[in-house]
Parts: sequence; C-alpha cells; structure tokens
Amino acid sequence: MSTRPRDVRKSTECSRREFLQRTAYLGGGLVLALALPALRSGARAAARAESQLNAWLRIGSDDTVTILVDRSEMGQGVYTALPTLIAEELEIDPSGIRVVSAPVGDAYVNALNGGQVTGTSNSVPDAWEKLRKAGAQARSMLIAAAAKRWQVTPSSCSASSGRILGPQGKTASYGQLAEAAAKLPVPKDVVLKNPADWRLIGKPLPRLDTPSKVDGSAEFGLDVKLPGMLHAAIALSPELGGQVDSVDSAAAMALPGVRRVLPAATTVTVVADHFWQAKKARDALRIVWKPGPNAGLDTTSVWARLNEAAARPGLSALKSDNVADALKAGHAAEAMKSAAKTLSVVYELPLLAHATMEPMNCTADVRADRCDLYVGTQVQQMAQAAAADAAGLKPEQVNVHTTLLGGGFGRRLEVDFVPAAAAASKAVGAPVKLIWTREDDMTHDYYRPPAREAVSAGIDEHGKLLAWALHVVSPSITSRFDPTNKDPFDSVIEYVQNFPYAVPNFDLRYTRQEIGIDVGYLRSVSHSPNCFAIESSIDEIAALSSKDPLELRRELLAGKDRHLQVLSVIAQRSGWGHAPRGHYQGIAFMEGYNSRIAQVAEVSVVRGDLRIHRITCVIDCGQTVNPRIVESQLESGIVYGLTAALWGEITLRGGRVQQRNFNDYRMLRLNELPVLDVHVIPSSEKPGGIGETGVPPVAPALCNAIFAATGKRIRSLPIASHKLA
Amino acid sequence: MVKLTVNGARLSVEADADTPLLWVLRDHLGLTGTKYGCGMGLCGACTVHVDGSPVRSCLLPLQALEGKTVTTVEGLSKDRSHAVQRAWVELDVPQCGYCQSGQIMSAVALLQSNPAPSDADVDAALAGNLCRCGTYVRIRRAVHRAAELLKEAKRS
Repeated sequence: MSTRPRDVRKSTECSRREFLQRTAYLGGGLVLALALPALRSGARAAARAESQLNAWLRIGSDDTVTILVDRSEMGQGVYTALPTLIAEELEIDPSGIRVVSAPVGDAYVNALNGGQVTGTSNSVPDAWEKLRKAGAQARSMLIAAAAKRWQVTPSSCSASSGRILGPQGKTASYGQLAEAAAKLPVPKDVVLKNPADWRLIGKPLPRLDTPSKVDGSAEFGLDVKLPGMLHAAIALSPELGGQVDSVDSAAAMALPGVRRVLPAATTVTVVADHFWQAKKARDALRIVWKPGPNAGLDTTSVWARLNEAAARPGLSALKSDNVADALKAGHAAEAMKSAAKTLSVVYELPLLAHATMEPMNCTADVRADRCDLYVGTQVQQMAQAAAADAAGLKPEQVNVHTTLLGGGFGRRLEVDFVPAAAAASKAVGAPVKLIWTREDDMTHDYYRPPAREAVSAGIDEHGKLLAWALHVVSPSITSRFDPTNKDPFDSVIEYVQNFPYAVPNFDLRYTRQEIGIDVGYLRSVSHSPNCFAIESSIDEIAALSSKDPLELRRELLAGKDRHLQVLSVIAQRSGWGHAPRGHYQGIAFMEGYNSRIAQVAEVSVVRGDLRIHRITCVIDCGQTVNPRIVESQLESGIVYGLTAALWGEITLRGGRVQQRNFNDYRMLRLNELPVLDVHVIPSSEKPGGIGETGVPPVAPALCNAIFAATGKRIRSLPIASHKLA
Repeated sequence: MVKLTVNGARLSVEADADTPLLWVLRDHLGLTGTKYGCGMGLCGACTVHVDGSPVRSCLLPLQALEGKTVTTVEGLSKDRSHAVQRAWVELDVPQCGYCQSGQIMSAVALLQSNPAPSDADVDAALAGNLCRCGTYVRIRRAVHRAAELLKEAKRS
C-alpha cells in the first residue's frame, strides 16, 4: 500500500500553519502536559512542568521523560521500538519512559506513507533515521545547555544515563537542564552513534506496554471513560450499501435508559445511559431498509464478474515505474510458444475479514467549538477530518487522542465508525462512546478483495524457466481509499513488482474489476494473494521440471546473496528433505517490505485429515531494533496466515455477509497451533518491514506441503473448502 | 439491586437485571480490564472468575449473580505480582493485548486446579480464548513459567 489519502493531504496542507501555531507553545520552554491518553488511563490527569525538546520528546523537571509516539500501537511494538530509537541517542534507560500517543501534526507524518498513517510495515523504516536524529539533537541541546550553565565547551561534556557530565565532576540531570535546553536552537547536523556503541538497538529489551496489558489498565478505545459519557449502539444496513427508508423507534424509546434514536442516511444510532441498554434498544428498532444496488450480490456473482473480466487483456504493468527494470526485457507470450512444457493455472483468493479482537468503536466529545476524539485509529488525520465533518467543525478543532488498538491489521485505516460517534455526541450534547457489536464488525468490514490470479509459465527441455506471466483480476482498494491516486497498479502488484526469480521473459497485467462492495487493506494487502500465486506456481514449475522446490528457488535466485542465505538457513533449520516418516514439507519465499523471508510447512495428511506439525520461518529483515518483538511479529504473522489459509472466507448472499461471529468465521486456537520455529538472521543492513511480512508465505508453503503429501494441488483458498482424501 | 462481591469489595449493583456481568463490570463498575469480543461466549476475552471458576461474563446476567464472588484481572493483585502476571511480563506475551485479560484469567483458573499442567492441559484450558495476534506460543510457555513460579513460591 502506498497511500496518500485525499483527506490526509488536504488536512496536512491547510493545517501546516495552524499546526505550528498549536505546537509553538509546546516548544517554548515550560508547558503543562497535554491531556493525552497514555497507557494507563490515570495518566491523563498528569500535569507537571515539562519542556518539549522536539516533536517527540518532553522532559519534566522531575526527570520524567515522555515520548510521543506518532504511530499507533496495535501489537506490533511501536510503543517500544520507536522510543528505543530516541532513547539510544538520548542516553536514557527506556524502562522509565512514559509513552503517550502523538496528536495530529505535520511532524508526525510518515514520509513513506505521505500521511500520519500506521501501515505498510514501515514504522521503523520511516523512524529509523528520523527518531535517532531527534534523540541526538536533544542530547546535543542538553549538552549545550549544561556547557552554557557551567561556562565550559560542549565538547568537554557528555551524556550518560539521563545526566550530562562535565569537567571537574560537574553533573546535572536532564530534568534540571530541559527548560534551558528547549530554548536553544535545534542543531541541524548531529552525529549519530556508531552502531558498535549501541546499548539498546538490536537487543531483546522488554516491551514498554506489557505491564499495562497484564493488569487490565491498558486503555483501548473500548475502555475510554469520560465524565457524563453516554453509550451508543448502531444499526447498519443488512445489505452492504443499503439505506434507511423508515424507522419506528417507539419500542426502542420505551426501554430503560434510552436517550435518543438518531436516524441518518445509512445508519440509525441509539444513545443510552449504558451500552447494554443501547444495544437492546438498537435490536428493538423497526427499520425498513432500502437494500441498494448490492441486493442481488452473491459470492457466485462476484466470481462470475471476475472470471468474465479475465477475458479482458488488462493493463500491462511493464511500463510502471514500480516494476524492476530487469523484468522489463523479453516477451513472455512469444517465449511461451517455444517452451517445451507450459503451465497455465488460475489461483483464487477469497474475500477476508480483518476481525480484530476489539470491535470498531469511537468516543467523541463534541462541544460548540471543539471535539475530543478518543479512538483506536491507524489514520489520525482521516479520523480528525471525519469527526470534523460530522460535527460541523474544522479539522483543527478536533483533537485526536489515539488509544491502544485492540488489533488493527488495516481495518483501522478506515474511519467509517467515527462519524456516527461525533454526530451522536453533537446531538445529545454529551460525550458518547459508540461500540459496534461483533456482528456489526464482521458484516460491515472493508474486506480483503478477492483476486483471480492467472499464471502462465514455460520451461525449456532442460527445465530452465523461459517465461513467467501473471494476470491479476481484482477490485482496486486504493481507487476508493485515495481517489486522487494516479497509479493504476498501486498495491495490486506488491511482491510481483520485485519478482525475485531469474526469468528472461516476464509479464504482469492487471484488470481492475469492481464487485459492488468496498474492499480494504488487510495485513500484507496484495503480498498475500500474489505470494500465493508466485510461490504456488514456482512449486508447480518444480514439479513440471522434476526439480526439488527449494533447489529450484536457489537456482532462480543465483547471485542474490541475502536471498540465498535465507534459503540455506531455512533448509538447515527445517531439516529440508529429512522430514519424519509420513510428514511432508512445502516451502515459500518472499521478498517484500524490504525483507526476505522463507517458510517451510511440515504436514501430514492421513485419510484426508490435514495436520500441520511445524512452520519454520527464516527472515533477513536487516537491522532489528528489538529482535524479541520481531520474533513475536513473525509468530503473529504465521498464525494470522494459518487462519486465513485454513478457513478464511467471507461469503455474500443477497448483498449480505453470511459470517457474523467467531463461530462461522473460524480462527486458529491454541490447541491447533503447530510448532513455530522462527529465526531472524542478524544483519546490519537498513531495517525492513516486519508487521505484515510473516503472513504471505504461510498459505503457499502449506499448500505446497499438501501437494507433497497428497499430489493434490490447491489453487483456491481456503484449504477447508477442499477435500484432501 | 443485586449484591455481589467484586475483587474483594461487597457491592450493591443497580442495573437492568438482564445486563450481562461484562457490561456491569465495564459500564457500571468502571472495571474495563475485562473485554468485549463476541458477546456469545466464543472468544474468551470477557473471562472472569465467579466463585473461583472461569466464566464468560458476556453471557451471565446480573440477576444470576446475587451473593456471588467475582474476580477480574484487576483483582488478581495490586501490583502485577500474581505469578501468571509475572510470567506474562517476563515472556512479553501480549501484542495488541486486548485478549490478554481473558487469557490470564483462564490461565489462573487452570493453575488453581492443576498446578503442573501439561501442554495438552494448557491447550484444553485455553482453547476457548482467541488471540488474533497469535501470541499462542508465548501463552503456552508463560503458563508453564507461571506454574514454576507458583511452585517456587510454595517451596520458599
């Protein structure tokens, strides 16, 4: 995903000046802590003398170090990894850091995403230089302040463990120097520490958010409490895209605690004293819906559209700047004609739901001239714009307080749950917390789009790969998410654009086919469907040329040292070719998010019963900030990938999503967990992405293992829709 | 009005009789550590103890709780010193953290009845607690670690 959401851009441009005005009073020495939600809700009331040294760092006169993290914590560890980058250069112990979420602001834009966006697995890659530099600048300012106070040269001072040390045993704590330091100019050129001197980066340090997540004090959006707050539930059209025709709210209004029923064009919100009352009243509403244009939409009609569209040649991506030049030579269709053997197969990927454990929710406190918005969001500027629009305010009048996210996975890149909360708060004149039920959440997601991926490939008489071509038919996420987007391929060609395997003739085409409902970014976005097509097809080519699948990959990756190292390590760790009797292995590789990853699945299939014994995962993701978090992210990606590969499928009937809760949208449980063996190759290369990288290889590795075990080739997911006997 | 004990405090709760314990805890008592995940007893995010046994609080109406004793994640310890909490911190189990209160309450209940569980025992006891972040590897390890910590505490 490379997103430049329209709302974000608009609000970024128009608010630059306002933002500077708003933050100016923060930079000017003493300020009171902003009322930001912290990890513990009690921290919101904290007020002490603090100096702001830059957009991310405040130091209190009591030596408290507060780091504002401008990426959303949704499990991936940014509330630990990003402060670690500052702490490294600032020479402080990270365990004492107070982490708060950053407000909306230009300084907090993710340059790689073009907005204040947490997505695309690039929080660390974006912050890597930026936050270390910020830490080093602050260190330099604290040293300068000390040198000035002691009338010595800055070079005679050094920073260590939250103190500046000067000549003749002079010493001062950061808290004693912060106010003076904040008034000094920010140095432009600072020297970053030599990696050999790192104390924190690359070390498996404890997560800063863990303690609050074992005693119930961590504050998610669902947990926000405000004085006088009311609760809301919402009715959403059963048919996706439907509208409210009429509402009979008499029965709902008669229930205890109900304050207001608020019909809108596509929703009806019920506000009550407590959530249970709001939900019961929501269920008691008699709403006549206009089903809208999707009333006839079924899963079969979606696939009919995609299959029909496959007849169109689509747009060639070979001219796209995003596609590696090495892939642009040759002519795949011509080369295919001279092939000794060819492969022509279609892979099908279903719609998927994000299904975060925390259902969508938002708390808004709308006043005449301002709004405080408490929300677990991956897109602060878009949440701000959405609330402003609903409350009739300007974006800069909306203060976004980002809570912890009970899972994001791309679902919280959308702000569809924000406007109703803001509108309800405005209507009732009190803070309102709106919570979607699990069923609301499951049936009104922005689903991972379905994809039809046709691969054709040709090999010569020696089994050498002559040509490989992919034709993707799928709806476009970005065209909706960012209507100003000019790149017709955008996320659709992820991973294929870096097709790593040596092939003299390559082709990549995309036919955009909308399906009537909105689709969204889901963890690993198009990497997953494309990795499934690429890695399944490489396995099919191996079978066609009677080669070992891992050896074929080695052959096709010749000369790429980092790729080959990943393959060597995984061959060794997985015991490739030496599985226990009755166990079979499958491999998948991916180059994505500037990381290189391979997974081997080890399975057995007995009388059609699939058992997954082990997933081995090896990654080279460059320099890690915290290898412990990297490992857990990979475990996480594998589990997410297993759930999707085994059971993940959203189906439609009459425009309605048929899955409603965890009983019919099945997820991997603890008792179904295979052995996970994750290995991170030490590297000092630039950091690559990690949050999504573990997901894509799972399905192809698994299906390739199933092929090894049974000779059955699974070309459509989920696996549960196939009989393996 | 229903009288019950929550985390050691005797309370009288004034709420609609059919309000599930989950929402009584969250909206009426301000104990938001217990989470809403599915409302159907399918995910375990709302797990608390009632009279010492793990239950899904999203399905249990207030009217069934007269005289009962409820323990939530907030009631395990004042300072995260419960062995399960310590093991969870030591192994950095949580990712997003949303399901962890429920995981922890299920683990505590398991260890109360079975101080030395096997992997299979852990799997059986926590199979009802979904984790979308996939922290399962660490959950299993942390339950065993908590069992060790409890054993050590008993010995000393």
